[in-house]
Amino acid sequence: MELTGAQILWQSLKDEGVDTVFGYPGGAVIDFYDALVQYDIRHILVRHEQGAVHAADGYARASGRVGVCMVTSGPGATNTVTGIATAYLDSIPMVVITGQVPTKLIGNDAFQEVDIVGITRPCTKHNYLVKDITKLERIIKEAFYIARSGRPGPVLIDIPKDVTNSRTVYKAIKDIQMESYNPTYQPNNKQLSKVVSLIKEAKRPLIFTGGGVVLSKGSDALTRLAKRTNIPVTASLMGLGSYPGTDEKLWLGMLGMHGTFRANMATSNCDLMLAIGVRFDDRVTGKTDEFATKATIVHVDIDPTSIHKNVIVDVPVVGDCRLTLEALNELLDAEDPAQIGPERSEWLGQIQKWKDTNPLRYKQDGCDTIKPQYVVEKLFEVTKGNAIISTEVGQNQMWAAQYYHFDKPNQWLTSGGLGTMGYGFPAAIGAQMACPDRLVVDVAGDGSIQMNIQEMATAVQNGLPVKIVILNNQYLGMVRQWQELFYKKNYSQTDMTHAPDFVKLAEAYGAKGFRTAKPEEVEAVLKKGIETPGPVIMEFVVCREECVYPMVPAGAPITNMLLV
Amino acid sequence: MNGDKSILSILVDNEPGVLSRITGLFSGRGYNIESLSVAETMDPAISRITMITRGDKPIVEQIKKQLNKLINVIKVLDLTDQRHVLRELALIKVYAKAENRAEILRIVDIFRCKIVDSGPEHYTLEVAADEDKLSALLNLLQPMGIKEIARTGSIALLRELQ
Repeated sequence: MELTGAQILWQSLKDEGVDTVFGYPGGAVIDFYDALVQYDIRHILVRHEQGAVHAADGYARASGRVGVCMVTSGPGATNTVTGIATAYLDSIPMVVITGQVPTKLIGNDAFQEVDIVGITRPCTKHNYLVKDITKLERIIKEAFYIARSGRPGPVLIDIPKDVTNSRTVYKAIKDIQMESYNPTYQPNNKQLSKVVSLIKEAKRPLIFTGGGVVLSKGSDALTRLAKRTNIPVTASLMGLGSYPGTDEKLWLGMLGMHGTFRANMATSNCDLMLAIGVRFDDRVTGKTDEFATKATIVHVDIDPTSIHKNVIVDVPVVGDCRLTLEALNELLDAEDPAQIGPERSEWLGQIQKWKDTNPLRYKQDGCDTIKPQYVVEKLFEVTKGNAIISTEVGQNQMWAAQYYHFDKPNQWLTSGGLGTMGYGFPAAIGAQMACPDRLVVDVAGDGSIQMNIQEMATAVQNGLPVKIVILNNQYLGMVRQWQELFYKKNYSQTDMTHAPDFVKLAEAYGAKGFRTAKPEEVEAVLKKGIETPGPVIMEFVVCREECVYPMVPAGAPITNMLLV
Repeated sequence: MNGDKSILSILVDNEPGVLSRITGLFSGRGYNIESLSVAETMDPAISRITMITRGDKPIVEQIKKQLNKLINVIKVLDLTDQRHVLRELALIKVYAKAENRAEILRIVDIFRCKIVDSGPEHYTLEVAADEDKLSALLNLLQPMGIKEIARTGSIALLRELQ
């Protein structure tokens, strides 16, 4: 069957099971858009290409499938770079299709020409420029395979306009094998036996779970492992939801720069650390020389480059997190349950003491302005912990991480690695497309929500009932916090007092908006906002100078915590 | 950059942009390339890159893993601690005044160079050697005056009997 390049693209997406594409048309992709009507694929027209790529990312995180976006050449392509880097740092499977000027014009500085393959080489897992239509089908197939397999990541395909409108035979390729790309999924059994004996010997073990567990769908296996071995669990920002956040007994909360006191203390005092699907980011480790120095560290990761990169570990295991956890559980089946999962009363008791002396805390009572933490805590209550939460970046993100307790994976969408302000709202749109029946809430700050606010039109146009909670402190709060703590309160360029009226802004887009500055109204506004159909902005005017605590100064050991 | 020298032999897909992926990896992560040479292998779909890099052991380990992670990299061989043959090719244009010509020819003989071009004032020498031999040669030619020099990066293969 002979098809045009445009038809081959859509047909390939259909064959990959893609049902939604986020995009923005332009001259170089006009043939794709012309052919779109022939295919049963939903296209969400965003208002800025950055919105498209974050939406595809949110779609991927919420659904566990590959997110897809399409943009035109030149500025359309460059506008996706931040979103691609965001997905790359967090290992999110995504395929980005960019239009390119006709093959003959490449290199001539043609209108809307940019070398997007060159630009995105360091922030994609792989990328392609398709110069020959006969290779298009295979490249699309490879792109999806690479995006979703191994350590997932974004793949970009740059397609010149003449390739979209010439014709070739569509072969419906089924399987892809690549000589140079074969991720290791199965862990080494010898290493696993070592892990089992370490678990048996450990007196103060700790599980440190990360985004790799979420991505590999390993949460059930991890939860089983933790519960049967009675080992407490902490997580990186990306690992939230991979272990039930409401488990009072073994869950310690997040570790690192804004981790809980007990999680950081447990990290520094454990004698065995099972680090699974993590990469020991500097926001987690603080000073690496003093990170988990008493522990034998086991590190499970599908990407060999993660191992020994930031922290030298004792037992590296290269493999898929889920398969590794399942294999470990299988090995543990042969062991005496009492020996692998003793009471650990001393260790768990010590952790409880740390929790009692320094819990996460803030004080709403007696304060007549709203504490931002209180809003997140109420949001958790009102939504019964079932919402999909996306965040922007900064204080809003850390409070959401600390006070919304995630029981399930794929309900926490945040830009962990790159820290991209403006991520949360378009990501929420993508998540809502993936999960139409779920409640999706973007926890935002007044600064970051303005970075992609234009997507309000996308949400309204498509009837996507995304709820935005703005914690408005009229500051770039996290930078202000650093200025307060480390720069003698020199609040240079962080005052955001001049802002739009967010309620009227919502209304201008055809959405609803509510605002309160009173603590006693927080719950009612949340309920009203969530019950109101369609997209809603809920603005909470909060204490201006509230800080995120605990806080470990950058580069300090993680036991060096500023506690309120 | 500090650390020992490592010799990496990298088999890659012979495609546009592959070299840029590799050099980009090095510049982006702050690794060092001392020399680089690239050419097709017997299989035209595959090229061999020979690279000399410098770094302490964990860095070189990380470099090898990062190279392997690139989709277009088929295989990374570290020849450093294995028996190997290593050569680089140099073309050396040396001033050859009448009183020096005999001396230059003697050096050419000792170092098994070839004279590939000559003129009233110069000889151009071709030599394939490892780095030590090449620098010894250059030291000897220095007094005569070296007009120009072009050197390839090193290329290397494992010796068959290890």
